Amino acid sequence: MNNKTPDSSRQLIQKKLARRYRTEKWFRRLGAMAVLISIAFLGILLVTIVGKGSSAFQQTFVKLDIHFDAEVLDVKNLSRANYPGLVKSNLRSLFPEVKGRRDKKKLYNLVSNGAAFQLQDMVMGDTSIIGRTKSVWVPASDDVDLFFKGKISRDVVESNRRIKDIQLKWIDRLQTENRIEKRLNTTFFTAGDSRDPELAGIRGALSGTILTLIVTLALSFPIGVATAVYLEEFAPKNKWTDIIEVNINNLAAVPSIVFGLLGLAVYINFFGLPRSVPLVGGLVLTLMTLPTIIISGRAALKAVPPSIREAALGIGASRMQMVMHHVLPLAMPGMLTGTIIGMAQALGETAPLLTIGMVAFIVDIPGSFIDPATVMPVQIYLWADSPERAFVEKTSAAIMILLLFLISMNAVAVFLRKKFEKSW
Amino acid sequence: MMEQTEEIRGEKSETRDWEVVSREDRRTVGIPFVDNPRMTCRNIDVYYGDEQAIQDVSVDIGNNEVLSMIGPSGCGKSTFLRCLNRMNDTIDICRITGEICLDGMDIYGGEIDVVPLRAQIGMVFQKPNPFPKSIYDNVAYGPKIHGLAANKTDLDEIVETSLKKAGLWKEIKDRMDQPGTGLSGGQQQRLCIARAIAVSPEVILMDEPCSALDPIATAHVEDLISELRKQYSIVIVTHSMQQAARVSQRTAYFHLGDLIEVGETERVFTNPRHQLTEDYITGRFG
Ligand SMILES: Nc1ncnc2c1ncn2[C@@H]1O[C@H](COP(=O)(O)OP(=O)(O)OP(=O)(O)O)[C@@H](O)[C@H]1O
Ligand SMILES: [Mg+2]
Repeated sequence: MNNKTPDSSRQLIQKKLARRYRTEKWFRRLGAMAVLISIAFLGILLVTIVGKGSSAFQQTFVKLDIHFDAEVLDVKNLSRANYPGLVKSNLRSLFPEVKGRRDKKKLYNLVSNGAAFQLQDMVMGDTSIIGRTKSVWVPASDDVDLFFKGKISRDVVESNRRIKDIQLKWIDRLQTENRIEKRLNTTFFTAGDSRDPELAGIRGALSGTILTLIVTLALSFPIGVATAVYLEEFAPKNKWTDIIEVNINNLAAVPSIVFGLLGLAVYINFFGLPRSVPLVGGLVLTLMTLPTIIISGRAALKAVPPSIREAALGIGASRMQMVMHHVLPLAMPGMLTGTIIGMAQALGETAPLLTIGMVAFIVDIPGSFIDPATVMPVQIYLWADSPERAFVEKTSAAIMILLLFLISMNAVAVFLRKKFEKSW
Repeated sequence: MMEQTEEIRGEKSETRDWEVVSREDRRTVGIPFVDNPRMTCRNIDVYYGDEQAIQDVSVDIGNNEVLSMIGPSGCGKSTFLRCLNRMNDTIDICRITGEICLDGMDIYGGEIDVVPLRAQIGMVFQKPNPFPKSIYDNVAYGPKIHGLAANKTDLDEIVETSLKKAGLWKEIKDRMDQPGTGLSGGQQQRLCIARAIAVSPEVILMDEPCSALDPIATAHVEDLISELRKQYSIVIVTHSMQQAARVSQRTAYFHLGDLIEVGETERVFTNPRHQLTEDYITGRFG
């Protein structure tokens, strides 16, 4: 049968060997190149986003010495008092030379609308302040902020510049008096959305995202795992289960907007659940993530060696005991991987949430599953769509937060997987 | 048709005592049936899909008896053994016809629950398959799910005696909490034996339990088999004819899905009545 002598065999092997190594070398180079390219793109993405977004974590503030005038602040009617007036009169006293309505308006525009709200909060929080004078750092307006961060240049012709020459003069004077500086932008982390970029924060969207994902996880993980276990371990293998399998695989590829429309029709129009709430968002995203979890769960169950099943059945474990004690723990890491992929998809999903109204402009931070809310990707979309230039950096900053969220989610998944992982 | 075969197998084979049956004849020769059997198998056919793996096998397993099954690789020994505790139920494409009874009860009958059945008929698999759990949990699992131990001390004792019987205790008594999968192949096999006997089965099916063991461990397992035989019935698949000769009272020779010859072990090895059996035990097979 084999007419090769050991000697000629060895020569043949030697001849082939060089080629085998060459192929391997090429394959390794190709792989390394692919990795390099992806790293390069990832690098570009991160650099641009961090470059654009990091400035959003600082904000320009102006120091005003506010006299909390007892005449303006009627203790009986504090919520109606003229807080903007306090800010304006203070600005006028800082720059007494400013006359004329248009110039005064420009002067008032140096600080944000938020300054008045800030004063109101201070007074309502501590009425003993009334009658005294206090230095308060209030946020500057978005244009001043941009100028201060170097995003508006002095060299541009005045008519093309959002900060006019006269305002530049005032800013310079504030600077020499140490009345203007950049500080940590806590508003960004504590506030909801706002029409004013300097007052807008990611907190509302972040809470919305967390609430939505909690609903999604709480529903899709148990349902997905149970479905995968049932289909893989208990369901009879017949025409019906084949049809179900095909359908689940198809569902995984259905465009997410379709799930949004389905959610709108079923949850909102039929069941009458409120619009724009995390509960409905979570329900819609559950529909979307379920196929992913089921498919990966079944793959994980299939990967459990049959010898383990036989071992369990062989000493008289019931099917349920076999699954619960042996198969499921071994499949858990794979199921968690699938779940986290599904959750990451859900985290980044925008389209299906638009149809159920989670795109509304919502200032309040949602505190429950049935408060109107929006989510991070939608917030990013809204900000990216806003005309104010100051929203550019907010958009990038929001993307950074989203990425951080994703990374921490994956870190938890890796940790859980390591914990559950066992060799066999 | 069936009655006719029965007749040929049961009685006519006896009359052919001195004449060796030719290779072409695939009917069972020897004494497949015993008085007062523990398990009876009648006309067993096993199919994997359209492939038939076992053809019309009838044999008894006696009380306090070790029956060894020998035969070339792929002849269906494991397949037949797995029918005896319905392990083949787990293979979707596997189909079994015929009747297998334990103490007169058809184990494939509608009213039979496989869960207690498999506790009653224990199995040691051809490939060692410990759970990816600690050594202790491996052995304790069976008694736990069947509620055989009243308390922790009870359970500890069951685990210890089982491991001792399987000849593994000395090696691992200090590392009971380490994973069973971290043991060597032979140790894993003995762990599986300990796991099987921990639920005190009445019939034990062993599929090449010693194929990965050294002579010392093998001797230990063989002692165990002889010990267990006093109370239980044992079916053992083995490729070692010496082992079959040492431990078993009766030997069955399988060939390509047919049960060719069954009989007293000594008689089968010294005076085979079928040409195929003789070929195999004298090493002329293949
Ligand atoms: N799960 C299965 N699916 C399909 N065919 C199978 C399956 N298991 C076994 N067979 C077939 O059944 C026949 C008998 O196999 P079996 O495992 O019973 O042999 P065996 O006698 O135990 O061999 P060995 O001594 O090598 O263990 C073989 O031809 C094999 O290919
Ligand atoms: Mg086998």
